Amino acid sequence: MQNGNIKYIWELLNTVPDPEIPVISVVELGVIRDVTFTNNSFVISITPTYSGCPAVKAFQDDIRRCLSQNGIEKFELKIVYYPAWTTDWMSQETKDKLMNYGISPPSKIVVCPQCKSDSTNLISQFGSTACKSLYKCVECLEPFEHFKCI
Amino acid sequence: MSLLNYTLRIADSSLILAQRISGWCSKGPTLEEDIALSNIALDLFGQANGFLEYASKLDGNKTPDQLAFNRNEREFFNLQITEQENGNFADTIVRQFFFSTYSFLFYTELSKSTDETLAALSVKSLKEVKYHLQHSKSWMLRLGDGTEESKQKTQDALQYFWQFTGELFEMDEVDIEMSKSGIGVGNSELKTNWDKMVNEVINQSTLERPVDAYMQTGSKKGLHTECLGHLLSEMQYLPRAYPNAKW
Repeated sequence: MQNGNIKYIWELLNTVPDPEIPVISVVELGVIRDVTFTNNSFVISITPTYSGCPAVKAFQDDIRRCLSQNGIEKFELKIVYYPAWTTDWMSQETKDKLMNYGISPPSKIVVCPQCKSDSTNLISQFGSTACKSLYKCVECLEPFEHFKCI
Repeated sequence: MSLLNYTLRIADSSLILAQRISGWCSKGPTLEEDIALSNIALDLFGQANGFLEYASKLDGNKTPDQLAFNRNEREFFNLQITEQENGNFADTIVRQFFFSTYSFLFYTELSKSTDETLAALSVKSLKEVKYHLQHSKSWMLRLGDGTEESKQKTQDALQYFWQFTGELFEMDEVDIEMSKSGIGVGNSELKTNWDKMVNEVINQSTLERPVDAYMQTGSKKGLHTECLGHLLSEMQYLPRAYPNAKW
């Protein structure tokens, strides 16, 4: 498989889930910035979500495992910091997946993933992971997580 | 050499403050606040890691881990405000408010650096610092304009940490060289905006701005308060006691 088929690498990467939000892949999360093929080796450029996000190390290991298991022998993971990761890169389809999973997707108006009401209150700017904040729905009273805009 | 020193200073301030704040983990006044402080610590560790990786590359000899765990007090260049003890919750918030306001202004400028790596790391850090600033600002308002006790504790904290704010705007030969070459920030120019932002929040919080008096100095030369040694002995214990230990 070490034939320079970049499209195939993207397809494989799209099967690697985010370790903390398994409903979306690392590609959908937007952390895979580029895949190139030089000197018979793939170079996969990755950008961290938050500087200290522990998932970054976890999905690098997952990516290595996935590529090795699929016969890709020569590759290198490269960390890039610029342009800085932003939730603006997230597609509508990905946002819908988050919503169905119970996480309110990044948006200016925060919508409750349970009852879809936009009448919600911020409880804490910081949630269970670096990328999320805590909200409560005023309508159905359910607490929920919101994927922060960054 | 100057660039390495300059990068280490930024890395060290983030690293030491991260280590300090992480002391709140499992001890926060409420669950949400525990999570907030731990998240801020995590961001700062991450930022420190980025700058330490760059410092390691510039150094050419030491790994980022060796830079973090194998240097002694006098080889650390973090701002003295970052090593101060957590104290009570108001102390932690005031320290964070002073530092986050400074970081916000500093990274805004460093984002324009002619050094691509420093600029990229700054853009990244700035996004996170904005959240940190919002967090400490909202607590300043609540504590200052809260109960008599919270107000007194916050005023005492302002008074204590004020002596460490002079260092934020100091410039030595390294800063001047970096600033002139377009790599670094002219820190002395950040003071006007810092004053403005800090005064605004102090006023809104119904607190009083401390009067300028003796200012602590020395971190750029590796001189620190006694807090740093104790912090390092805890932070560096494991890799020093068990060299090459792996998770």
